[in-house]
Amino acid sequence: MSRIAECFNRLAGHKALIPFITAGDPNPKLTVELMHGLVDGGADIIELGVPFSDPMADGPVIQRASERALKHHVSLAQVLDMVATFRLENTYTPVVLMGYLNPVCAMGFQRFAERAAACGVDGVLTVDCPPEEADELTGALVAAGLDPIFLVAPTTPPDRVARIGQLARGYVYYVSLKGVTGAGHLDIAEVTGKIAALRESITVPIGVGFGIRDAETARALSGTADAIVVGSRLVQEIEAAEPQAAKQRLARLVAELKSAIR
Amino acid sequence: MQQYDLPDASGHFGAYGGIFVAETLMAALEELKAEYARAKADPAFWAEYRHELAHYVGRPSPVYHARRWSEALGGAQIYLKREDLNHTGAHKVNNTIGQALLARRMGKKRVIAETGAGQHGVASATVAARYGMECVVYMGSEDIKRQSPNVYRMKLLGATVVPVESGSRTLKDALNEAMRDWVTNVDSTFYILGTAAGPHPYPMMVRDFQRVIGEECKVQMPELIGRQPDVVVACVGGGSNAIGLFHPYIDVPDVRIVGVEAGGEGLQGVRHAAPLSAGTPGVLHGFRGYLMQDADGQIMETHSVSAGLDYPGVGPEHCYLKDIGRAEYTAVDDDEALRAFHDCCRLEGIIPALESSHALAWAAKAAPAMGRDQVILVNLSGRGDKDINTIAGLSGISL
Repeated sequence: MSRIAECFNRLAGHKALIPFITAGDPNPKLTVELMHGLVDGGADIIELGVPFSDPMADGPVIQRASERALKHHVSLAQVLDMVATFRLENTYTPVVLMGYLNPVCAMGFQRFAERAAACGVDGVLTVDCPPEEADELTGALVAAGLDPIFLVAPTTPPDRVARIGQLARGYVYYVSLKGVTGAGHLDIAEVTGKIAALRESITVPIGVGFGIRDAETARALSGTADAIVVGSRLVQEIEAAEPQAAKQRLARLVAELKSAIR
Repeated sequence: MQQYDLPDASGHFGAYGGIFVAETLMAALEELKAEYARAKADPAFWAEYRHELAHYVGRPSPVYHARRWSEALGGAQIYLKREDLNHTGAHKVNNTIGQALLARRMGKKRVIAETGAGQHGVASATVAARYGMECVVYMGSEDIKRQSPNVYRMKLLGATVVPVESGSRTLKDALNEAMRDWVTNVDSTFYILGTAAGPHPYPMMVRDFQRVIGEECKVQMPELIGRQPDVVVACVGGGSNAIGLFHPYIDVPDVRIVGVEAGGEGLQGVRHAAPLSAGTPGVLHGFRGYLMQDADGQIMETHSVSAGLDYPGVGPEHCYLKDIGRAEYTAVDDDEALRAFHDCCRLEGIIPALESSHALAWAAKAAPAMGRDQVILVNLSGRGDKDINTIAGLSGISL
């Protein structure tokens, strides 16, 4: 069983909290520490952003995080090394890489999948690679024992949801609003209804993210979702903190979110 | 040669093209694909498109024999396809009219566009005014500085110009920002993409709307010289004017096809914008194609004296034509393009766009080695009025 499936088993119906941070933000030396801080706060799974020069699906907060990381020339290879270092102390918290396809193309799908598995990565979400174009990458990931994570959007028609449901492993990431990461207001009633409908064709757990900015929203959505993803709000915390205080501030915020969804 | 009929149903030109966008946009692209298929089969759609091109744009654009310049070069005869004479001053309007008519069919009241040199932004703002649509144009703040006349032109036409401050603050970042707008306002908004790139069906659709350039040439050249030209040449940034000229010539085997990229300060360094000449395949802005990227797959900042060519990718059909060898791609640097710009001004009385000056520069280099009875047809894709501040600046003159 994959580490992600084990994690949801362990939770036994309790909701998972999935914080997101960008690898290398604010600098590459801090990332592994921040990952441990997320776990200290109560993170069940970590989504680790792979910085990319052209983050088309991200709002300004995560764009800036990518830019800060790229000032330090943080590469996909380095991100994998960070996960390997994290694994020296933590063998139970699943790590999902989230990013864009091109850095993965540049490394080569096969080589990437093998190295990622060897470093202790558990799942991979490439935002700009829909199922139609994902065969080769998904094949390489599954062969290496990694879970390909797919997005489902408010605009995804039912037949596509069913198709994604067949391909999905680990969990499905439901995008709670039409927009970029960290965007405005999500409609809780609408999202709740959508998630309930997704259950008809999706058997893996369903996480929800994009626009979850506070404990109250997280609590409201945890009624129907299996997992809550929080990204931009945490990245803002990193942005606002002195580097030495960032770990503590992240842990505190994650703990607050975690207790809200318990 | 086998019959050329690309892209395939999923939007691929061989290994290139496809749809690489976040899930939220998949349904919108599916809707666009379906509506374009219906429009494509609807004679009334094309009748209106052709009517607009004739009466609003002023097509067909003439082909002009650059006689003095050809004589000065002492070799092949250079002919210019005068897209600079179109309404709004460039080939871009052929595409924006097609896409705006499609937006109207789909009931979209708001259009958005990205722009580099500002020509596509102006062409989008123009058709939005013509059809009564709200228009928002994303433009890198660097390009806003370089192309201020076009910024004002867009505002006069009623468009909102949004400066983009992320990344390198040029065309690629404007495209990212337009995509972000589209994903946010996907129900109400039609994205008028300006070049033959992006996710399927854009490369095919933009090509189909720009094909009129080559189709006219195929009729005009026999009228002028009794045959087709020996070479057709166009500048390639994203590649829309080039594919418009090239596509009707793909199955005419005797015609040599040459695309000219922006060599910037030279291909040996990194200060250029020539992915076909010096890049590698990758995925950006919704499609697979040649890119300017580093070993880690990060997109590199590009450089060209011409804002319209300052883009790290190139449309997927050009990538395919390069790989199968049907078209050849090369680069000319800033200095060569500037020399051709000035020669065209003084010898022919035509101020060409800096983008088009790259194609002119290739012709000026190639002509002397060719026979006087040979013919090079250059796509003069736009006029250079928008560039006079840049040119003056390079000469140390402030206007």
